[in-house]
Amino acid sequence: MLNGISINYYILLSAVLFIIGAVGVMARRNSIIIFMCIELMLNAVNLMLVSFSTLHNDAKGQVFVFFIMAVAAAEVAVGLAILSMIYRNIKNIDTDLLSNLKN
Amino acid sequence: MLTGLLIILPLVASLLVFLTKGGTARTLAMAAAVAEFALSVFVYFQFKTNPAAANLSLNCTWVESMGIKFAVGIDGISMLLILLTTFLVPLIILSSYQNNYDKPNAFYSLILLMQMALVGVFAANDGFLFYVFWELALIPIYFICLLWGGENRGMITFKFFVYTLFGSLFMLIGLIYLYNHTGSVSGIKSWAINDLYAAGKSLNIDQQSAVFWMIFLAFAIKMPIFPLHTWQPDTYVTAPTQGTMLLSGIMLKMGTFGVIKWLLPVAPLALEKWGGTAILLSSIGIVYASCIAIVQKDYKRLIAYSSIAHVGLISAGILSANQQGVQGAVIQMLSHGVNVVGLFLIADILLRHTGTREIEKLGGIRNMNGQFSVLFLIIMLGSVALPLTNGFIGEFLLINGVYQYSAGVAAFAGLSVILGAVYMLRSYQKIMLGEKPSSGIEFGSLATSDKAVLIIVCIVIIAFGVYPKPLNDLAEPAVKTLLSTLK
Amino acid sequence: MIKLIALVPLFPLIGFLINGFFGKKLSKGLSGGIASVSVLASFIVAVLAFLELEHSTNKSHVVELFSWISADTLNIPFEFLYDPLSAWFLLIITGIGFLIHIYSTGYMHDDAGFSRFFTYLNLFVFFMLLLVMGNNYLIMFVGWEGVGLCSYLLIGFWFKNQAYNDAARKAFVMNRIGDLGFLLGIILIFVSYGSISYGDVFSRAGVSSNAVVTAIALLLFIGAMGKSAQIPLYTWLPDAMAGPTPVSALIHAATMVTAGIYMIVRSNVFYSISEVASETVAIVGVVTAIFAATIGLLQNDIKKILAYSTVSQLGLMFLGLGVGAFSSSVFHVTTHAFFKALLFLGAGSVIHAMGGEQDIRKMGGLKGKIKITYITMLLGTIAISGIPPFSGFFSKDEILAHTYEHSKLLWVLGMIASMLTAFYMFRMLFLTFFGKFRGTHEQEHHLHESPSSMTIPLMVLAALSVLGGALGLPEFWHMPNWMSEHLSPIILHKNPSALDHTTEWTLMGLAVVAAGVVIYFAHAMFITNGVLPLENEEKMKPWQKLIYNKYYVDEFYDAVIRKPLDLISTAFYKFLDLQVIDGLVNGVGSMVKGTGNVVRLLQSGNIGFYIVSMVLGVILILLFTFII
Repeated sequence: MLNGISINYYILLSAVLFIIGAVGVMARRNSIIIFMCIELMLNAVNLMLVSFSTLHNDAKGQVFVFFIMAVAAAEVAVGLAILSMIYRNIKNIDTDLLSNLKN
Repeated sequence: MLTGLLIILPLVASLLVFLTKGGTARTLAMAAAVAEFALSVFVYFQFKTNPAAANLSLNCTWVESMGIKFAVGIDGISMLLILLTTFLVPLIILSSYQNNYDKPNAFYSLILLMQMALVGVFAANDGFLFYVFWELALIPIYFICLLWGGENRGMITFKFFVYTLFGSLFMLIGLIYLYNHTGSVSGIKSWAINDLYAAGKSLNIDQQSAVFWMIFLAFAIKMPIFPLHTWQPDTYVTAPTQGTMLLSGIMLKMGTFGVIKWLLPVAPLALEKWGGTAILLSSIGIVYASCIAIVQKDYKRLIAYSSIAHVGLISAGILSANQQGVQGAVIQMLSHGVNVVGLFLIADILLRHTGTREIEKLGGIRNMNGQFSVLFLIIMLGSVALPLTNGFIGEFLLINGVYQYSAGVAAFAGLSVILGAVYMLRSYQKIMLGEKPSSGIEFGSLATSDKAVLIIVCIVIIAFGVYPKPLNDLAEPAVKTLLSTLK
Repeated sequence: MIKLIALVPLFPLIGFLINGFFGKKLSKGLSGGIASVSVLASFIVAVLAFLELEHSTNKSHVVELFSWISADTLNIPFEFLYDPLSAWFLLIITGIGFLIHIYSTGYMHDDAGFSRFFTYLNLFVFFMLLLVMGNNYLIMFVGWEGVGLCSYLLIGFWFKNQAYNDAARKAFVMNRIGDLGFLLGIILIFVSYGSISYGDVFSRAGVSSNAVVTAIALLLFIGAMGKSAQIPLYTWLPDAMAGPTPVSALIHAATMVTAGIYMIVRSNVFYSISEVASETVAIVGVVTAIFAATIGLLQNDIKKILAYSTVSQLGLMFLGLGVGAFSSSVFHVTTHAFFKALLFLGAGSVIHAMGGEQDIRKMGGLKGKIKITYITMLLGTIAISGIPPFSGFFSKDEILAHTYEHSKLLWVLGMIASMLTAFYMFRMLFLTFFGKFRGTHEQEHHLHESPSSMTIPLMVLAALSVLGGALGLPEFWHMPNWMSEHLSPIILHKNPSALDHTTEWTLMGLAVVAAGVVIYFAHAMFITNGVLPLENEEKMKPWQKLIYNKYYVDEFYDAVIRKPLDLISTAFYKFLDLQVIDGLVNGVGSMVKGTGNVVRLLQSGNIGFYIVSMVLGVILILLFTFII
């Protein structure tokens, strides 16, 4: 029990967030949205880590979360830079158009 | 130690040559090749006075955990093949003096790198090291053919590379299999050649057969043996002349050498069971390739097919596993190496002087350059194994060896005596004799470097045809020792 | 001198090297002089050694030079054997070789390749000497192939003419067919006796089974068939007449083609043991003798007639060998060398006078114009026809007497062959020297006797042809048959004639009468009735056409061997190699490539698809982990 709420609800919320994120990554073609969905999945994991960390009274999980947030921030910085470069080159950020590696 | 030096010298020279620019590359490469030859002659005399001298071999640890050693050394057979390599490389470099290749530093650097790998293959006394050198030899020749080759070289060199690599991997599997069976007594696994021999002999006949075919496949592709030969004519024709010389003069001998040193002693039982099949394939290849050579139009392709025929006989002789056959094979390897370099240079000279190698478009050159025709004639006679040329000694011993295996196969393989005369004389007649063709060709005097190479080749052909004793003295005891391990 | 016997082949070798390297810089006189002197020097050494051998009790001398090939039990030293047989052949080779060298300095005088000619000729003499001097079969083989090479070079001497080159190549390749048999024979000898030196082999010959001996003998005989132009490998010899005439005399009449006889005499022990082999030799010999003689009947090229005559005479020698008359065959080799070299050189002189014309239809009436040539050729023709007391009579008679003893049928065939010989030789003589001149006016004007460098060898050979019979007088004349005594040390199983004297006289008389009748018939036909050879084929009767076209043997070989070989080779190349084998190899490549091409489509570059696959993959992994 965390603050009177069963751990199951945390898991459920986290899972829902993760699935929303995953489906978003799979279904959407706009790179920004895909990006946001990736963040959503990361945060779903973060939420899970934090919840269990509190449940077990163990700070390791929260430390992990900080690392993940830092990595995610760095990733966003690099990712967005790439995206803006792609946009400058082809005036579009639709992933279906980005298949140059195929050949 | 000296053997190590033989391997390192070309490697260092190769790096130095690569760093130079323009014309100096050729001179430096030539100097290095001559130095290497001088060194190998020195080694030869050392070896002659004391074959077991400690300063000849080198044996240091490489990867201890897997029992891999950097072990190189010399016996009579490898001595001969190292001499062949170090003798041919300067000739090959000299033969390139009339071709102006792009990026000469890279070209000559690759030739020297190739030399290093070839010497390594012949000197290696460690299975893993042998495999490393074996594959290393493929890299420079691949680039030589790819970068300086002729028509359609991309496709053809790719096929050559993949084909030989394919075979080599089976050899690797075979060697690893043997390696895993070493150390049954001491418990320590090792790649040392004698341990691999022992491991091979401890196997039962089915296991040996598997090892035999896996290793033989690699060698058979390299030689090549019918029906694994189809990469060879295309590659020989497409490769630049020097590349073809390296391929046919020396690299081909890696295959035959491999059979002698890395296959026969490893699988004696399998040899008894499957040797006949392999000899049969080799013999079919002799007649088959000879027939095909008769109808070739391009002289270089004709030599390529004749090379398949010759190597078929060498292979049959080795697999018959008796003194005459194996010794004949060793001697024929040397003769063929020298003669084929001469023949390919002739093909190159024809192309450079007249603009074509098509036999039908040539003719009457005898009239225009008598000297060339004499040199050509001598080399051709060496190739058809006329007595008192080097080709005869090997061929006689080989047919003798095969005969002791089976008289019928020897008679069949002996057809090459007739067919060889047919295609060699026919092409010589059409290229050199008669009147100038109506299309009109000119053939001036030979360049000094070309003439030098041809004359050296002719001298070797006659000298070792009349007096082959130095070769026999090296080959005879080595082959005897090797064959005694089979029993 | 016997110790220095290695000098005999050395001199021609030196001559070859000098002419080969510096020939172009030497004057013609010097070039020809060096070549001739080198052979003369050999001849002198050979004579001195021969005299020494005659007076010595040791009849077999071995001179070792160096160790040549050695592979475990196979040891082949490079060594010479000097015994009565090789001594005799040395005399023939160097003696006649010297005469022909002299003749050539005249005959080839205006040829651009003068020094080249002598280079080849000296090389030939060197190899021929090796052939007969070797102390083992492999040295013989060295000489054997070496003379084949020289024959190749000399037949194609005028290399601008591709027909000549074809003839040269044909000679080489046909000889190689025989050589393969010879080589296998040598190997079988080594395998059976552990050595290929004559002494070892012959002393052990009795040990092995008859089948092995027969196989060896037959394989060696295949080699002899090639070199000595016997059926079925004879067709190269008539074509070989493309070479300069002295070459035909030296190589294709007197020496090289008799190498087969030498080989069999040398190996006589095998043929004495093996009934089958000697029977084969006799039959092949007699069939060749008749076959070639009939072809000779209707040839019009003066050199071709002599060539077929050579084939036929060689056949007769093989008949002699087959019936065990080894020394008689050597005797016939000797006399044949005299008169056939004479006839060829005479023919060369005729050709020289006619300005290169070889067709006897365009000759005629030459006897007054070139007297020396005519007289010497007449002597040669009588000698070959077997009229006593000329040399050919004695040698031929000896062979036929032995044949009669062996088999009456073979004797009849041999008689027919020698009658045919007398006919076509006199036909040639009559058509060439008698009647009216049939050539062009220009040729008639040009007719002249050859220089003395050519006529002197003719006269020497004519003298030898007349007197050569003294070397082997019939035994029942109570005179020593020098030849058979001389060779007796090397003939291991002797076969003395057991015929009674009456029979011998009868046979001899029959042979002489037959020859006389044939010559009379030829005289009646060509002189009295003035019959001339038909100008073109259409007028010939079918049998004449068949003979005139040499029984179409060349065409037959062309259709049965050469064309199918080309066809098979093309099929191998175009179909089997390029399509099937390379097709399979490339097929493997294309299969991999094809698979790749299909699988490649999965890599669409669509990120969404990648992610979906990844997720599906993860789910599958989880499912597998938990369920299985």
